This record gives sequence, structure tokens and C-alpha cells, in this order.
Amino acid sequence: MIRPHRRHPLWLAFALHRVSGLLLALFLPAHFGLLGTALNGAEPLDAALAWTDNPLVKFAEFGLVFLLAVHMFGGLRLLALEFLPWSPRQKTLAAAAVALAAATGGAFALQLV
Amino acid sequence: MTTAQKSGSGTDTIGNHGTGEGADESAGSSAPGAALSVSVWRGGPGGGRFHDYEVPARESQTVLDVVSWIQQEAEPALAYRFACRVGMCGSCAMTVNGVPRWTCRTHVQRVAANGRLQIAPLRNLPVIRDLAVDMDPFFERWTAAEGRFHPGTTRHDPMAPVDPASPARREADAAIECINCAVCHAACDTVAADPDYLGPAPLNRAWTLLNDAKDEGRDAILDAVAGRGGCLSCHSMGSCTRHCPNGLDPMRAIAGLKRATALRALRGRR
Ligand code: SF4
Ligand code: SF4
Ligand code: FES
Repeated sequence: MIRPHRRHPLWLAFALHRVSGLLLALFLPAHFGLLGTALNGAEPLDAALAWTDNPLVKFAEFGLVFLLAVHMFGGLRLLALEFLPWSPRQKTLAAAAVALAAATGGAFALQLV
Repeated sequence: MTTAQKSGSGTDTIGNHGTGEGADESAGSSAPGAALSVSVWRGGPGGGRFHDYEVPARESQTVLDVVSWIQQEAEPALAYRFACRVGMCGSCAMTVNGVPRWTCRTHVQRVAANGRLQIAPLRNLPVIRDLAVDMDPFFERWTAAEGRFHPGTTRHDPMAPVDPASPARREADAAIECINCAVCHAACDTVAADPDYLGPAPLNRAWTLLNDAKDEGRDAILDAVAGRGGCLSCHSMGSCTRHCPNGLDPMRAIAGLKRATALRALRGRR
């Protein structure tokens, strides 16, 4: 349960940014591990890549794209907040960042099917 | 002692509560004649627990009225603080149903959930007793953030002109009406997580001074707020702005300090 003083859009945007960042950090070792299989020749890499054709993995990739997008747009929002002249519309900007991420993830999901 | 109260059908239209973001909890108001179920945290630095009281519900009752009623009628030893009762002194802040608020200008009708109130001391400050917290750590941060005026002239010098329409003065004016209530300090999760963090109110104060044409402490201020626990620790989660009862925007002030700090670093001055 989110404690009452945290129930507002910018805190949720902060939480989303933190959680997506942590999940991406967890994904990175797997990413490098897979790329690292190429060190032993094309064979192991191809085997690993064949595994990623699994529909479940494909679907997980959609989540990954969403996480990347939400972290990137959220990060751009924070840069704008901190370095551009102040805008009082911070909640709108946070909503826009999530909407752009959803659109990016959605576009990726659509080209999957 | 606690009994569940059926919520009445009162209105939610009482004005006169300056919270910037409007109501964030739905009002469950009690009709006059009904009673409120109030849990008040009682204890000291070593711990404590909530005690339950039944308090008569009244029209236009504030949370501070409820606490005062308990102290006068039920629990004479209850420790709490207030002074002005009109939202000027900043001494009456408490945690009401999980949200930090100035109690003297928070209407019960607006925040009670089904006739229930839970009142606790402010978060992020040491409890002295019951609802009274030690404000020293809060004000020590004001000093650490150089939140004091740095005069550059004496009474014999001419007064520095201040243009009220200049962008810097507008920034200062927008942030200056702080009543030192520590509501933002209690709302901020970075304050909770990082003992070195100066917190929203002291940084907001530093920002007003940085924009004050008469203040000559620009470098001292930027040194104070650029260091460990300074403005760069802020995660821009905006709970300070959300809950400041005076409608100030410390998050904006801190973003301004971040810009000023970065600009100074880019220019190679520090
Ligand atoms: S914006 Fe900064 S100061 Fe305000 S609550 Fe968030 S971390 Fe704290
Ligand atoms: S900035 Fe607002 S919430 Fe924080 S101490 Fe000042 S008046 Fe209170
Ligand atoms: S009693 Fe002074 S601000 Fe509430």
C-alpha cells in the first residue's frame, strides 16, 4: 500500500523511474551474458538467440522496451525539470513521459503480432 | 472506547484551507451532534501507541480544535503545540490520517475518513512527547543551508535598489512566505532516507536569498547547497510542494538551485 503522503502523480513518477531503473539494472547482466556467448563462436550465440524466439520471451521483450522507454522519457523529463526554465506543469510532463513510453511499448507489441 | 461512526451528509465546501493541491482524501463528514473517533499517538522518544478518544463533532471544526478538546476535556497531560491558530506561526503541524498538515487550518470535515481521525506527531523529527516534536534538527538545517541574510553594506551606505518586477525578485517573492512549519520536511522521503539532506524548507530559503539583490552571500549559499546533502540530493518527487500548506513550491526552488550550481560548475568557478 502506498502511504497517504505519497499518493500524488510526481511521487508515482519518481517510484516508476526508480523501479524501472532497478529492473533494467537487473536485466543488464543477462544482456551481457547473452552477448558474451558469442565469444565462444557463432554456435552458442545462435542457440541463445533461438531461445529468444520463444513467444514468452518475445512478450517479455515488450516489457523491456516499455521499461527502457519509461526510464528514458522519465529521465528526459527530469533533465528538463532541472535544466530548462521552470514550468509549473510538472504533472502534465510526467503524464506525457508515461504516455510516450506506453506508445513506444505499444508500437513494439503491435509489430510482434 | 472507539465506536464506529456513520458518516453524515455534510458538505465539502469549506474554504479557507490553503493546501496547494486541494483535497486529497475524500471527506467523510460528521453531522453536528455526532462524535468523531480520534486516535492520538501518545508516548515519547522510546516509543508509544495510539489512544482512542470520542470527540463531539462540530461545524467548521479544525483538527487543532479536536486536539485541544481532548487535552481540555479528556487528557490534560497531552503534549502538543500551537500558537496563532490562523496559519501564521507554523507550530501546529501534525500527521493527520497519514498526511502532514497544519492542524489549525485543516477542517475535520475535509480530512476525516468516515468520522475517523488518526493524529500523530510529524515524521522525520524526534518526538519529545505525544504530538510535540523537537524542531532543532529542522532549524539546524536552515543554518547549514546559509538560510540567513548576508549583508554587504552598512547603514551608512545607500540602500540597494530592488526592482519588484525583475525575474530574480519574482522568484524570491514566490518562495518567501514560508512559516517554518516543517510539513514539507515531514513529507519528504529523501529527508527520511538521508540524514545529511538539508530538506526542502532550508533549500527553499537559500533560493530566496540567492535571488535577493541585497544579499551578498551568493558563493557561501551555493557552497552550502552544492555539497553533500544539498540540492543535488533531491529526487524531485514533489511531496514538499504537494503538501506545503502555504502553497509554496520548494521543488521549484531546489530545481533553481540545481541550475545555479550546475552553471557555476560549468563556468569553472568551483
Ligand atoms: S522534491 Fe526534493 S525536497 Fe521535495 S519532497 Fe521530493 S526529494 Fe524532498
Ligand atoms: S515550505 Fe511550506 S511546508 Fe515547508 S516549512 Fe515552509 S510553509 Fe511549511
Ligand atoms: S497554530 Fe499557528 S500555524 Fe497553526
